Amino acid sequence: MENKSIISISRLIKRFPMGKDEFTALRDISLTFTEGEFAGLIGPSGSGKTTLLNIIGSLDVPTEGEALVLGRSIGKLTTREAARLRKENIGFIFQSYNLLAVHTVYENVEFPLLLLNIPSAGRHKMVMDALEWVGLTDKVRSKPPQLSGGQCQRVAIARAMVKKPSLVLADEPTANLDADNSHHILQTMETLNRELKTTFIFATHDDKVISYLHRKIFLLDGRVDKDEIIRSNKR
Amino acid sequence: MIKFLIKGLWRDKSRSRLPIIVVTIGVTLTVLMHAYITGFMGDTIEMNARFTNGHIKVMSAAYAENMDQMPVDLALMNVEELITSLRDGYPETEWAARIKFGGLIDAPDSRGETRSQGPAIGFGIDLLSSQSRETQRLNLEKALRQGKMPSGPGEILLSDAFATKLKVAPGDTVTLIGSSMNGSMTMYNFIVAGTISFGVEIMDRGTIIADISDVRMALDMPDAAGEILGFMNTGFYDNTKALEIAGDFNRKYLTDTDEYDPVMKSLSQQGNMGQYVAMSEIWSMYVSLIFIFAMSLVLWNAGLLGGLRRYGEVGIRLAMGEEKGHVYRSMIWESVIIGLVGSVLGTALGIFFAWLIQTYGINISGMMRGASVMLPDTIRARISPPDFYIGFIPGLISTVLGTMLSGIGIYKRQTARLFKELEA
Ligand SMILES: Nc1ncnc2c1ncn2[C@@H]1O[C@H](COP(=O)(O)OP(=O)(O)OP(=O)(O)O)[C@@H](O)[C@H]1O
Ligand SMILES: [Mg+2]
Repeated sequence: MENKSIISISRLIKRFPMGKDEFTALRDISLTFTEGEFAGLIGPSGSGKTTLLNIIGSLDVPTEGEALVLGRSIGKLTTREAARLRKENIGFIFQSYNLLAVHTVYENVEFPLLLLNIPSAGRHKMVMDALEWVGLTDKVRSKPPQLSGGQCQRVAIARAMVKKPSLVLADEPTANLDADNSHHILQTMETLNRELKTTFIFATHDDKVISYLHRKIFLLDGRVDKDEIIRSNKR
Repeated sequence: MIKFLIKGLWRDKSRSRLPIIVVTIGVTLTVLMHAYITGFMGDTIEMNARFTNGHIKVMSAAYAENMDQMPVDLALMNVEELITSLRDGYPETEWAARIKFGGLIDAPDSRGETRSQGPAIGFGIDLLSSQSRETQRLNLEKALRQGKMPSGPGEILLSDAFATKLKVAPGDTVTLIGSSMNGSMTMYNFIVAGTISFGVEIMDRGTIIADISDVRMALDMPDAAGEILGFMNTGFYDNTKALEIAGDFNRKYLTDTDEYDPVMKSLSQQGNMGQYVAMSEIWSMYVSLIFIFAMSLVLWNAGLLGGLRRYGEVGIRLAMGEEKGHVYRSMIWESVIIGLVGSVLGTALGIFFAWLIQTYGINISGMMRGASVMLPDTIRARISPPDFYIGFIPGLISTVLGTMLSGIGIYKRQTARLFKELEA
């Protein structure tokens, strides 16, 4: 089965200004991702994982080269177009959950749907479905400070998945979780990947995450060091 | 979406209640300060109004020219009639005839020979009629040091220092030697009912206060008065209003031909008072401006910090695909709500406290001992129209500007940078 490409990165370079000099975080990256992948950017700290993920997520722009995400060239989008791309097609999961602390679990998950102007009737079902996927239907009224880290990250997954985006970007999603919780959320994401065909791209150096990946892209010093595709996953 | 934002605003105490409290306090202080300054400046004016100038004053044109000399020969005639028409024409003002005069006070010994003598400035005011408010206006009962208030014809009050100098005490008889309205010398005996001291040097030197009927008798000036003072019923000097009344009166009564025509002058048109009124307006403006400026800085900062503190939340919302402009506008709207609520509460509180100080006053007589200018011993705030909007300058405008400024960071920064700060 040949899936269509949803991300295509060619000769991408990212430099950051550092005082008078510049620091090159990504040097000549070329990569393609196809629909439904469960891939990870792997590498030591400072290798450029987050930088690449931010560019794919249109939170940052390439200095040189091109990043085509869902047919749109990231470097050429206006902030408004970039916001629209994120709103409609991309879900984010962060290391530190980044939930809105004063809002309930329900409201946090509902937020992306509000941005999409989905009518309230449909919204309720979508939020409840998303909470069902992550097994948190009994916590709808809780607020993030009342939840454990694992539960928070599950809310974050529900928030990223609720609009059924084509692409989910997860930056070190297990870094703050213990082994049990890590496996739990990884299994959840694997299931969602399988059932909804959502593309997942991780940035990680956690072996637990790596063991779930179907594709491992090793970054070193801002370059792709190795790109392994694992057809059958054996843990 | 709006519901979502309002929920966030309401639940996050540091985003709603705390800033509202800060804005409320700032606005309260601003309003209170403004009312206090207006009151303080106004009180000094009131003091002069009560003792000398009135809010407005009617005199003969010739008397007005020579006001300092207290020329009784240039006094107004047919005062009864004039006051009646003043009452009808300007019902918002209360009128009181007074005669100011100069003379010698002579204290005789038991054989009628002069024992001591001194120059005096006399005030003939309505002391005895029941509807007169002159006693209150000059605060005479408080100023009484020895004896009692005059209760019948022929009784006077003498300033305490003057009485000591003349070695007279309540119950003694003194003789006024002066000149009558038509220029002849007159002598008239009075009984000293009591002595007074205002704590103001110029009023405590050689003052005698007598009932206006006695003075009319003594100086042979029936139904005449040097001046008719008008006091606005509000209790406060209103320069615009005073000028308006004076202008209206003068159009009706004043001709170029007769120097005995009555002329009306507002307090600001008498002597140096004009300068003082102008100065007090400028001062209260300056002090208020400085205070508003300071409060604005504080609230600006509060708005700024409130915005900066939220970069994390802003980062999340941007990552979810909310537009920068939308995030920015929602922050501005929140600050408008906070600024408005705080300004309304603060204005209400400020006016309430100002009202308390306006009604009950703060006694500062301890601090004012020995002052030689006429300063009031009680400070009263005064609520004026600007108090109802002045607090909105720091409360609303500065709060919103502070938020706007902090929000610019959202535009300047790369979205990814907001995240770096968020992750940290
Ligand atoms: N905004 C920035 N300005 C300057 N340098 C930056 C910026 N963002 C990242 N860098 C630098 O780019 C390099 C790559 O950073 P990046 O965050 O992508 O690393 P990473 O692989 O995600 O590391 P970690 O595992 O620690 O999260 C680092 O050396 C970092 O210091
Ligand atoms: Mg990283």
